[in-house]
Amino acid sequence: MDWDFIFGHLNYWLFTFVMMTGLYIVIAKGNLVKKIVGLNIFQTAVFIFYISLGKVAGGTAPIFPVDMEIDPDVIYSNPLPHVLILTAIVVGIATTSLALALIVRIAEEYDCIEEGQILVLETAAAQADNEEFGDAMGGRA
Amino acid sequence: MAADTTAHVAVSLLDQLPILQVLVPFVAAPLCVLVGNRRLAWPIAFAACTIAFAISIRLLFQVQDVGVISYHIGGWAPPWGIEYRIDMANAFVLLLVSGIGAIVLPYALKSVQAEIPARHHTLFYTAYLLCLSGLLGVVATGDAFNVFVFLEISSLSTYVLVSMGAQRDKRALTAAFDYLIMGTIGATFFVIGIGFLYAATGTLNMADIANIIAENGANRTIQTAFAFIIVGMGLKVAIYPLHLWLPNAYTYAPSAVTTLLAATATKVAIYVLLRFIFTVFEPGFDFAQNTLRYIFIPFAVLAMFAASFVAVFQTDFKRMLAYSSIAQIGYMLLGVGLLSTLGLSAAIVHLFNHGITKAALFMGVGALVLRGGSSFYKSIAGMGKTMPWTSFAIVIAGLSLIGIPGTAGFISKWLLVQAALELGLWWIALLVVASSLLAVIYVWKVVEVLYMQHPANPATKEAPLAMLIPLWIMAASTIYFGLNTDLTLSAATAAADSLFYGAGASE
Repeated sequence: MDWDFIFGHLNYWLFTFVMMTGLYIVIAKGNLVKKIVGLNIFQTAVFIFYISLGKVAGGTAPIFPVDMEIDPDVIYSNPLPHVLILTAIVVGIATTSLALALIVRIAEEYDCIEEGQILVLETAAAQADNEEFGDAMGGRA
Repeated sequence: MAADTTAHVAVSLLDQLPILQVLVPFVAAPLCVLVGNRRLAWPIAFAACTIAFAISIRLLFQVQDVGVISYHIGGWAPPWGIEYRIDMANAFVLLLVSGIGAIVLPYALKSVQAEIPARHHTLFYTAYLLCLSGLLGVVATGDAFNVFVFLEISSLSTYVLVSMGAQRDKRALTAAFDYLIMGTIGATFFVIGIGFLYAATGTLNMADIANIIAENGANRTIQTAFAFIIVGMGLKVAIYPLHLWLPNAYTYAPSAVTTLLAATATKVAIYVLLRFIFTVFEPGFDFAQNTLRYIFIPFAVLAMFAASFVAVFQTDFKRMLAYSSIAQIGYMLLGVGLLSTLGLSAAIVHLFNHGITKAALFMGVGALVLRGGSSFYKSIAGMGKTMPWTSFAIVIAGLSLIGIPGTAGFISKWLLVQAALELGLWWIALLVVASSLLAVIYVWKVVEVLYMQHPANPATKEAPLAMLIPLWIMAASTIYFGLNTDLTLSAATAAADSLFYGAGASE
C-alpha cells in the first residue's frame, strides 16, 4: 500500500466521492427537487477540485501587502482557480434557480413533482395523441 | 505569440470586431428588458442580430485577407489575458450562427405571437439574444474556461426558450427540465476536463495548452481531461447514445426556437469538439486517435441508421425531423472520425449545409403549425394544395436532407463518400449511401402527406409573408450552396487546414 499516495491525494478522493454521490442522486432520485440537490452536490465537488488545485504547499492568501513591498520569500497560493470557481458558482446558482422555477411550473401543470407520476401522465398524453393523430400512419406518435 | 504587442492597440472600431460580435447581442438583451416595451423588443433584437451578421461577414473577409485575428481583451496579452482568436474555422461557424440568428427573427415575429403568451414576448427576445451571444461567444473565444462560461449563457437561455413552448403543450416544461439536467451534467463534465487541463499545463489559453501538450507530450491527466471534455461536449452535441434530451426538446419548443437550436446549438457544440480534438489535443496523440476511430465511427454509423429508422416511424413531422437531426449529426462525426483533411472538410461543410437545410425544414413546420394547429401528419395532410409555397419549400429542403444532386446536402455527402474512399473504407461509403435511402423514406412520407392526401381543412390559408420570405431564403440557399460551392468548399477546406495544421504552434 502506498499510503503517501493515498493521503497525499486526499482532496482528489474527496472530490471523486462527493462528485459520484451527487451524480448518483441525480440519476437515482425521482423527486425533481432532490435531483436538483444532487446536481448541486455534483457541482460543489467540482468547486472543491478547483479550489484544492490552487493550493500551494505552505502558501498564504495571494494578497499584496498594503505598502506593496513584496517579500520574495513569501509563497502565495494560486488565485486563478479560485477566481474561475467564483464564475462557476454564479453559473451554479443561475442553474439552480432556473431549475426550481421550472419545477414550480411543472408542479402547476402536472400537480406533482415525482418523475414516476409525470411519466404516467406523459404516457397518457402520448396515447391520447396516438388515438387522435396516429391513425394517419398507423404508428406511434 | 505573446510578444505580439501591437494587435490590441485599437485604432478604429473595426479592430474591435471580434468582441463586438459577441457584445452587440449581449448588450441588446438587457436593453430589451430595460426598455420594457413589447413592441420595441423585436426591433432591438432584429437590429442587434443584423449587426452581428454584418460583423461576421466582415470578419470572414478579414480572416481571408490577413489570416488569424488575435484580439486581446482589455489589452492583456495572452496567455495571461483572455484572447479571442478568429481563424477560418470559427469565422465560418460565426457566419452560420449569426446568419441563422438574423434570418430566424423576422420569421419568429408571427410564430411567436401565435405560440407564446403576449406577456412573455419581451423575455422571449431577451432569452433569444442571450442564447445567440452565448453561442457566438463559444465560437469566438480562444480561452478554454471562457468556452464554459459562454456555453452556460447559451444553455441557460436555451432551457428558458424551450420551456416557453408550454402554452401549446405542457410537455415542453419537462423537456426543458430534462435538457437542463443533462446539459448541466455535460457542462460540468466539460469544466472538470478543463480543470484537469489546467492542472496539467497551468494555462487556459487554448493555443498555449496546445503548445505545452505538443512539447511535453500527453500524460494520464491530459487523457482524463480529454475523456471528460469529449463526454461533456458529446452531451451537448447529442452524439448518438447521449441524445436523449433532443427529441423532446425539439418537438415541444416553440417553432422559432427549434429552428434556431437545430441550426446552431448542436453545430456550435460540434465546433467546440473539433477545436478541442484538433487544436488543443493534437490528433497525433494516440489516445485521441483511438477514441475517434473506435468510438466515434461506430456510434456515428449507429446514429445514421438507428435514428433514421426511428424517424421513419414517426407520425409527427417535427419529431421526425428531430430524429433525423440525430442521424445527420452522425454524418458529421463520421467525417471527424475519418481523421483526414477531406473528412474534416466534409464534416464542416455538412455542419453548414445541414444547418441551413434543417433551418428551412423547421421553418416550414412552424408555418404548417401556425395554420394547421399541430405538426402531426394528420393535421398537415393535403397542405400541398392549401399552402403551396410553404409545402414546396419543404420539399426542396427535404431533397437537400436526402442529398439529391443540385442541393446542399449532396455536396457534403459526396465529400464524405470521397473522404471514405480516399482512405479505402468503401464499406463506410456504402453505409452513407444506404442510410441516405432511409432519408428518402421519411422525406417521401412527408411529400405523400402534403401532396397526395385530401386536405384536412380546405379553407387553410397560405402562411404570412413574414414567414414565407425567411423560409424561401433558406430553401433557396440550400439550392444555391448545392450549385455554387465556392464559398462553402473553400471556407471549409481552409477551416479544416487551420484546425489540422494551424495548431497554434506558430503565428
